[in-house]
Amino acid sequence: MATSVLSRQLSENGALIERHWQELNSRRRLYTTFGLSILALALFASLWFANDSNAGKFVDRLPHFFDFVGDLMPRDATEIGRALLDLPSPYDDGSFKYNYPEGRLYLTDGVYIPEYVHKMLETVNIAIFSTVLGVFFGFCLCFLAARNLMPNPWIRGIVRRLMEILRAFPEVVIAGFFLAILSLGPIPAIAAVSIHTIGALGKLFFEVVENADMKPEEGLRAVGANWTERVWFGIVPQVMPNFVSYFLLRLEINVRASTIIGAVGGGGIGELLRLSIGQGHEAKTLAIVLLLFATIFAVDQFSAWLRRRLVGDQAFELAQ
Amino acid sequence: MTASTKPSVLEMEAIAARHPHLLNSSTARRRRTVLIGTGVALYLVFSWWFFSIGHVLANANWGIAGTYLADWVSFEVRPEIAIAPDGTMAVSYQRNSPLGKNPNPQWVTLDSQEITRTVEAPAAAAPVQKPKASSSFNFMAPTAALSAGATTGQAAPTTRTEQVVTRAVVTYDRATRIEVADKLVTVTHAGETFTMKVDGADRVTPQTPLPRWATQKRPGEKITLSFGLTGWAEIAGDEVSIRNRFFGWANFLFDTNSPYFGKSYGEVASLILSGDRIEPTRSNLSLAWDNILYNAEWQHLDVWTKLLQTIVMAFVGTLFASFIAFPLCFLAARNITPSGVTNQLVKRVFDFLRSVDMFIWALFFTRAFGPGPLAGISAIFLTDSSTLGKLYSEALENIDDKQREGVKSVGAAPIAVQRFGVLPQVLPVFASQALYFWESNTRSATIIGAVGAGGIGLKLWEAMRTNSDWENVAYMVLLILMVVFVFDSISNACRLRLMGGKAH
Repeated sequence: MATSVLSRQLSENGALIERHWQELNSRRRLYTTFGLSILALALFASLWFANDSNAGKFVDRLPHFFDFVGDLMPRDATEIGRALLDLPSPYDDGSFKYNYPEGRLYLTDGVYIPEYVHKMLETVNIAIFSTVLGVFFGFCLCFLAARNLMPNPWIRGIVRRLMEILRAFPEVVIAGFFLAILSLGPIPAIAAVSIHTIGALGKLFFEVVENADMKPEEGLRAVGANWTERVWFGIVPQVMPNFVSYFLLRLEINVRASTIIGAVGGGGIGELLRLSIGQGHEAKTLAIVLLLFATIFAVDQFSAWLRRRLVGDQAFELAQ
Repeated sequence: MTASTKPSVLEMEAIAARHPHLLNSSTARRRRTVLIGTGVALYLVFSWWFFSIGHVLANANWGIAGTYLADWVSFEVRPEIAIAPDGTMAVSYQRNSPLGKNPNPQWVTLDSQEITRTVEAPAAAAPVQKPKASSSFNFMAPTAALSAGATTGQAAPTTRTEQVVTRAVVTYDRATRIEVADKLVTVTHAGETFTMKVDGADRVTPQTPLPRWATQKRPGEKITLSFGLTGWAEIAGDEVSIRNRFFGWANFLFDTNSPYFGKSYGEVASLILSGDRIEPTRSNLSLAWDNILYNAEWQHLDVWTKLLQTIVMAFVGTLFASFIAFPLCFLAARNITPSGVTNQLVKRVFDFLRSVDMFIWALFFTRAFGPGPLAGISAIFLTDSSTLGKLYSEALENIDDKQREGVKSVGAAPIAVQRFGVLPQVLPVFASQALYFWESNTRSATIIGAVGAGGIGLKLWEAMRTNSDWENVAYMVLLILMVVFVFDSISNACRLRLMGGKAH
């Protein structure tokens, strides 16, 4: 029989429910405490491990935390502009540090493109080209992975696994492999970024295809269209706006990705950024970061505007 | 009798007249498709030229690609048979041979004889015992090596009796074998026999027509034989280089310095369980474990530590990011904090942090904290706190207001309104997003590792740069894929439970 003051006023059934609820509640609390303490334990172990295997210890390095901000202060503010536009520097002492004009790319005798702008254009072009490649192959593969268009579970499974591998394979490895064969240049970066794009976009694409309305496809099937015709006339017109939206979203991501790959040897602005940070050249670093910032901002804004025009606000779902 | 389902010409025309827009799509629409198609095609042609793809592909060394790919899953043993002008031979192996310091594989059989030979001058003797740059070990009998070394210093011709190799047979597999005897190299492969004469100096002369699998660029120059997956061989005037390829990862558990090296699993197991102590100070089990951890070829301990660093970076970075994003997102949400200035300010801070890439933060923090996982954690933390903050505030802006009103209507304090009116709605979304980013960061942590921000990325990058450790690359990639797959499943399972069966 129930003993608490509260339950004495309850009926027998009510007391039973009350007791059961208390039990559930305490069990839930126990689980929460247990889960949280495991999390805390894992967190402290991880922090200790990270600190231990770091080159400098967190506490020792903390006073130096703002060093890199200090390192980024150029000798004068106009130096950033000179680095960005390849203008001669008054501090030029003949060393490689201030050789800004050397990177110029002359179009005609008088007109030149500054080195960083040129490299940034190259990086953006790497991103666009590899996104186009990735979209093409992702487009071809996604219809084979969609449940409503590919009834054969084997083909579907194989294509899906293939996409997963393409997506999960580290980009550094693909870039490194092609670097070994093709030597330095933008093509290893293109290979790495587009292979990742095939996997990532393929997944988003086939999910869109699976949500497509099957009635047009049925209509085409009724008049005897073959598989390719059914896909091309029944499904593609429906999914195209979403595909284009994902293409633009991926373009944004790939502009960042091609900067990264550049820094590990894939050409473009990333390589220059790594070099300038390695040399500790503050004006060059800031110039590149500003350029990157501006470019990524511009690409983001443009693609957001285009996506909103194409499919409306649903284009802003999370996609990685 | 049923009427034909095929419409007559008249009917077709009637249908076409009724729905002209279906049969003749507007010219503008058609033109747009053509324009887009041409634009993309032109862009591809431009890029082909811009990146000079054709040129790069033509200059690529695709033969190397095959070797690298084969290296992922196999290893080579490389005996080199040096041939002296008098027809005697010496066999050496590559440095760090996967077969250990004293490789004496069964597929290389050597016949040796005792012969008396005259060593005239050091200059003439030099090619005989010219040490290969890549080989530190001489396969000849130690006495022979010693005596050959002794002759180098002497100018006067001497006669001595030596044990030398006169016939060497290398058997790749049942169909392929190479026999060297009396300055005659006989190769059998795929049912064909091919004989070459070598002069012990710089000329190779084929005695029979070259088979398909043999190439010689110019008469007298080296002949390259390729046997497909089993390997290849190169026959020069004074040397036969053998590349015999075996499937598998050599020395994966024990390297060649380990006492367990070359023993079968059964032998190792019985040694560990019941054998005498190899080192008196510790048990065989701890010795075996130690040998595995510090395997010089595979560096298991190092790889595992670096992998753990990558996991830790993603875990701590994402956890801290969600901690910091949690209070900030309430400030950024329009419906929670009515002040437009605060909303905009927090949102713009998020935007700024996000637009500087994780990778740039990684480079910066590598300078602040020194290379290591702390830099990686900080980089992941900064980028993710902004991304999560943005997503969280969006989730908050989408909540159902009724619950909040309900809690408010019973007179709850503002904090209690958030706790009971808002949190239960958004917490599953928050946790699901954090889990998603945890998993995705495990992947990106490999990349920022390559610039020194800790984790397995740098190790991977170093292994690739040497161009010879592709099997280690394969091993690390396999580990990474496994970790990503496991975390994928864990985070998916958690998300499914949190979101109540609806996959996100």
